Amino acid sequence: MEFFRNVNIDWMGKAKYFVTLSLILLAVGWISVYRQVVVKHKTMYGIDFRGGTLVTVRFAGQPPISELRKGLEQAGLKDSTIQGISDTQSVASKNDVLIGLEQSEANGEDSLDVAKQKILDVLHNTFGGAAGKPDFNAASAPDLAAELTRKDPLLLGTNAVDRYNQLAQRLTAARDSEHGGIVTNFDELRNVDGATPAVINALSSDYALGTFAIRDAEVVKPRVSAQLRHQAIFATLYALGGMLVYIAFRFEWVYGAAAVIAVFHDVLITLGFFSLFHYEISLTVIAALLTLVGYSMNDTIVIFDRVRENLRLMKRDSFPDIVNKSINQTLSRTILTSGLTFLTVLVLFLMGGEVLRAFSFAMVVGVVVGTYSSFGIAAPIVVVWNKYHGGRQQRGAPVRAGSAPEKPRRESSRKEVAHV
Amino acid sequence: MNSQLKWKFVLIAAIILVCIFGVIGFPTSLSQLKANIADRIQLGLDLKGGSHLVLQVQLEEAIGQRCDEAVDELTRQLHEKNIGFGEIRRVDDTHILVRDIESTSTSTFRDLANSQFGDWALSPAAGENNGYLLTLKPSVIADLRQTTMNQTLETITRRINALGLTEPTIAFTGRGDDEILVQLPGVGDPTAAKEVIRAGGQLQLTRVIDGPFASEAEALSKYGGVLPPGSVIVPGRAESAGPSQANGPVYYVLDKAPIVTGQDLRNADAGPSPDNPGSYEVDFKLSTAAAGRFGTFTEQQAAIGGRMAVVLDKQVYEAATIKGRIEDSGRITGDFSEQSAQDLALVLRAGALPASIKYLEERTVGPSLGADSIREGVRASIGSMLVVMIFLVIYYRLSGVNAVVALVLNLVILVAFMAYAGAVLTLPGIAGVILTIGMGVDSNVLVFERIREELRNGKVAAPAVDTGFDRAFLTIIDTHVTTVVSAIFLFLFGTGPVRGFAVTLVIGLIANVFTSIYVSRAIFDYHLAKMDRQAQLSI
Repeated sequence: MEFFRNVNIDWMGKAKYFVTLSLILLAVGWISVYRQVVVKHKTMYGIDFRGGTLVTVRFAGQPPISELRKGLEQAGLKDSTIQGISDTQSVASKNDVLIGLEQSEANGEDSLDVAKQKILDVLHNTFGGAAGKPDFNAASAPDLAAELTRKDPLLLGTNAVDRYNQLAQRLTAARDSEHGGIVTNFDELRNVDGATPAVINALSSDYALGTFAIRDAEVVKPRVSAQLRHQAIFATLYALGGMLVYIAFRFEWVYGAAAVIAVFHDVLITLGFFSLFHYEISLTVIAALLTLVGYSMNDTIVIFDRVRENLRLMKRDSFPDIVNKSINQTLSRTILTSGLTFLTVLVLFLMGGEVLRAFSFAMVVGVVVGTYSSFGIAAPIVVVWNKYHGGRQQRGAPVRAGSAPEKPRRESSRKEVAHV
Repeated sequence: MNSQLKWKFVLIAAIILVCIFGVIGFPTSLSQLKANIADRIQLGLDLKGGSHLVLQVQLEEAIGQRCDEAVDELTRQLHEKNIGFGEIRRVDDTHILVRDIESTSTSTFRDLANSQFGDWALSPAAGENNGYLLTLKPSVIADLRQTTMNQTLETITRRINALGLTEPTIAFTGRGDDEILVQLPGVGDPTAAKEVIRAGGQLQLTRVIDGPFASEAEALSKYGGVLPPGSVIVPGRAESAGPSQANGPVYYVLDKAPIVTGQDLRNADAGPSPDNPGSYEVDFKLSTAAAGRFGTFTEQQAAIGGRMAVVLDKQVYEAATIKGRIEDSGRITGDFSEQSAQDLALVLRAGALPASIKYLEERTVGPSLGADSIREGVRASIGSMLVVMIFLVIYYRLSGVNAVVALVLNLVILVAFMAYAGAVLTLPGIAGVILTIGMGVDSNVLVFERIREELRNGKVAAPAVDTGFDRAFLTIIDTHVTTVVSAIFLFLFGTGPVRGFAVTLVIGLIANVFTSIYVSRAIFDYHLAKMDRQAQLSI
């Protein structure tokens, strides 16, 4: 089976369309960034980079937003934000709510810790089930084991501790992995190994059932978020610098520069898409951006490698021809690899769960843009540079990447390129 | 098969066996197999749920305390040696100014400072008449920071261990040189642990000079605005003022030097309070040496009706009249609940923190989110692997099978390496694994496409494979080295999740070069050796 054979596309002749497309994509994305950041004063940063308190709660049913809002206001958290998850990918997370509070100068150093505690208190007091009884959905395995051992519903007597520890483990595991953290009726636990009616009865008499589960609670102080921001930026810049040096060493510096400009372009476009689709930039997203940098680089190098090889073989051809030929020769590989990688990250995006969603979104966009930029941006840069700065077609100067000196390019092939 | 190829396969088989052993060990049953895998592949907090805390040690406090001690000691020594001076003042955490030293005693003072205060550099103070500035030496500061960090880590470790949690991690962490990471797997609500970690735990038993007073000003005014030497004003514990707060805040004037400190404790236990049913207290026992000292002190004080204060973290918990000689035990009361009394006893047993701490970062992943993440992460990985593999076999036929073998092997090596190195698998780590698969696919595709090209150019199978691998080799090395370079920078400059990602990526890429070049080549060679020289390659 084979998709491509003997393709003959004049990529470099279409370079101006590619550049136009890139400019449009950049403009669309960054107008969105501008609207979000400058006009609406909303940050693109996730909690890692902006600091603050963020609690993610899953409710058993439709989130009781107004009740929650009232509770938070009574606890003195007027400034807190409540936000539903508008994620259509996952059915389970449609009842998730994000409760956040930003650090402001007025509320001082420890306010974030206090705020988190208050948010949890409001949740427990408002939605924690009957008063006076602990919430089963909030109980940890050791708590549960201690309570079961005290009650001893299985009448195990003295050596019951281990048995109840294991039973508690199974019960909490069933709650967390089968019921998303929220049991709405104790009967749901009947099929847990060892959960006899006596155990269920003991649970329902001792525990209440809250209608929420804490998915995630984070407090990041401004000092940390500022450090994380700097660190992310420097990690990216150093990584880019490292790649530039390596490619410059393996090829020519202009190849390194072209590759770095291309990946920079990829990162900018991806960030624009982040704003367009309302994703936040978190630490994991930085990992994704750096991966796409590596990936796009990978793609560019495959083409450059071919150019370097062809420079030696096709001594009579013009530089743009050589680049075209190299892209065409590697096209099959490019489409296959990119297609498969795209499939991989698409599966990740669709099935990888809420935590990986922003990450895989960056990758889905990044794989497409990264593949495109290799022939649409990186290769044209090298060609343009070559045209004006001592490439073989103009002055017949030897190309350093190729070992052999080159002959002047034929006039006919240049025309051919220009008019295809 | 020639002998060189044979040895290649022996090497490959050996590596596979070592890797498989690394992941599953020697299981004798299915449940043991599961247990072994769970045992060897450590999951990060984001996958198993738990709490992650980053705290900052207030090192300046420890340095400032050293400065205060030096001021006290210097004052005492100057009095002792009859050196007259105008004033001793702490300028900041690392500087002490001594002004207007009697000109006749200058050399005595300098001798004293140089011999007794070796940690301090002595220099004439600018703009002062016969004044000197003592500066804490940088090497001493560095040393002090180091010991403070080490002590804090040890103390926190003792406290966390006493809480009896499973597999906590307590370690120094990246950003500054003043941060400590605490990870508590399975802890859904870190509030209690945070309290225990943060509690100062500095216990002092001190003689009460006077009090209580309603305000600091009132206490000062009794002494005409200047406290007696060696004394200090300490606030009473807010709660001890009573639930109604009717009495308002209280202040005591205490001896600055305690008779007994937390270091003299031999044990501390929580128990129900005999005087106040329903509330709890903490009983402590003193070490033998301290007991002697304490006995003498209490006997003297009892004779004159003296009082003693129990001071915890610079708050007076209790100030009581000493009724008789007390040897080696005492108690702290203060309307504790059972839990808070147990926590306090734990903190006292574990020892005091040398400096206070602040929380910088707190992340709690609920157990249900962790369970979802691992299920979805694994499902997505397996799903994408299957899609890729099916496609490879359809598109490259037998050679595709070759690529699938290389990919699976790549994964096995990666997982085995993580198991051997004790690396922790996190969510970004799973993403790194998926990207490794992507790069692995790329390597195979590069080679196969190159072989196809050579075949199209009229070469027969063996030379085509030869050239294909040779040509693709350079490209694969270039792409892999570039990615490894960026991953190394990620590891050096990144934090937590980014690092986990970088580690899996680097290991995966190295394994990838091995599988997609060495192993894949060996399989091709084996195949070529068996088949007819002019036969078609299934690619």
